[in-house]
Amino acid sequence: MELILSKYNYWIYIVLMMIGFYAMIGKRNLVKKLVGMNIFQTAIILYFISTGAKRGATIPIVEHGHGEAMQAIHAAHYANPLPHVLMLTTIVVMVSTFGVALALIIMIYRRYRTLEEDEILELRK
Amino acid sequence: MIAHFEDVIIQTVCRILLPFIQLYGLYVIAHGHHSPGGGFQGGVILGASFILFCVAYDIKEAKRRMSEKLDTMFCSLGLIIYSGIGIICLVLGGNYLNYSRLHHILPVNPIDARSMGILGIEIGVGITVMAVMISLFLNLVSSGEHEEGLQ
Amino acid sequence: MKLLALLAVCATGALLLYGTVDMPDWSDPHSPASIHVSPRYIEKAMEETAVPNMVTSVLADYRGYDTLGETVIIFTAAMACILLIRRPRK
Repeated sequence: MELILSKYNYWIYIVLMMIGFYAMIGKRNLVKKLVGMNIFQTAIILYFISTGAKRGATIPIVEHGHGEAMQAIHAAHYANPLPHVLMLTTIVVMVSTFGVALALIIMIYRRYRTLEEDEILELRK
Repeated sequence: MIAHFEDVIIQTVCRILLPFIQLYGLYVIAHGHHSPGGGFQGGVILGASFILFCVAYDIKEAKRRMSEKLDTMFCSLGLIIYSGIGIICLVLGGNYLNYSRLHHILPVNPIDARSMGILGIEIGVGITVMAVMISLFLNLVSSGEHEEGLQ
Repeated sequence: MKLLALLAVCATGALLLYGTVDMPDWSDPHSPASIHVSPRYIEKAMEETAVPNMVTSVLADYRGYDTLGETVIIFTAAMACILLIRRPRK
């Protein structure tokens, strides 16, 4: 019971990752593969964000930051800002890879008139 | 191919809503120091406002408002602002992207100069992200022809 | 083929599930991610950069090179997209 309560977040991300991974390697349609890649990346982003959580901590923004009476800031009162930063940049990389991959898919469709992987491999022979 | 589609309700609501969306995007960029937000998020909101315009009207009308040349120039302008601030810090005698050196040219103390440098960075990132979102959308939705979208 | 894919996915998932036993607990304040560099960022970010939002100050100041690379990445993505599929009609 203790194990379930303290680790269930990782299990959710692993199930999400398995769905995306299966779509990447099991499906034949290129767009479905791409959707699977997006699900995979989302699972990894959720995992990293969850490592930044702290019990009893608030978001990493100092309230009344420019007041005169600046009290000392304790690290235990604020969530870990580092995963948030890294995942903010990762989301942008996700959008970039998605755009370039869609452009490549459009190029493949222009040339082979299909998006099924086995048909493309058949046409390339 | 879908014929040219016009709907008075959609176009009017879009026209009324657009300035507020863009103002909110600018707010998210400029207020990233004190609240959740910053260059990436605000840039995406600004890009989404233009994408809304493309969806409600059509691509030709949208390209009359913002041409492809201007969009590509914005793509590189943000990057030039970002690396330019780094080079200004370099010229003023610090390391690359060490914003505290900006207090030689700004009327603030070195700690507030860091805040100002971060604001400049966020503006550069916001411009680039906005232009990239618009460029990706226009190219993908019309498969590179920029004639009729969403066909 | 699909069965092979399903087997590979299940094997990966089982390995990862086995690995979570050693992971720190959910929202543990003493997890390794929260005690290495992040206390330094949380405690010094406000007085060193005068920005209340620590995410912004870490993003643009402490890790400015990272964000510069990020901006270059999305710029490159836009240029790659244009070079790949842009086809002006005469």
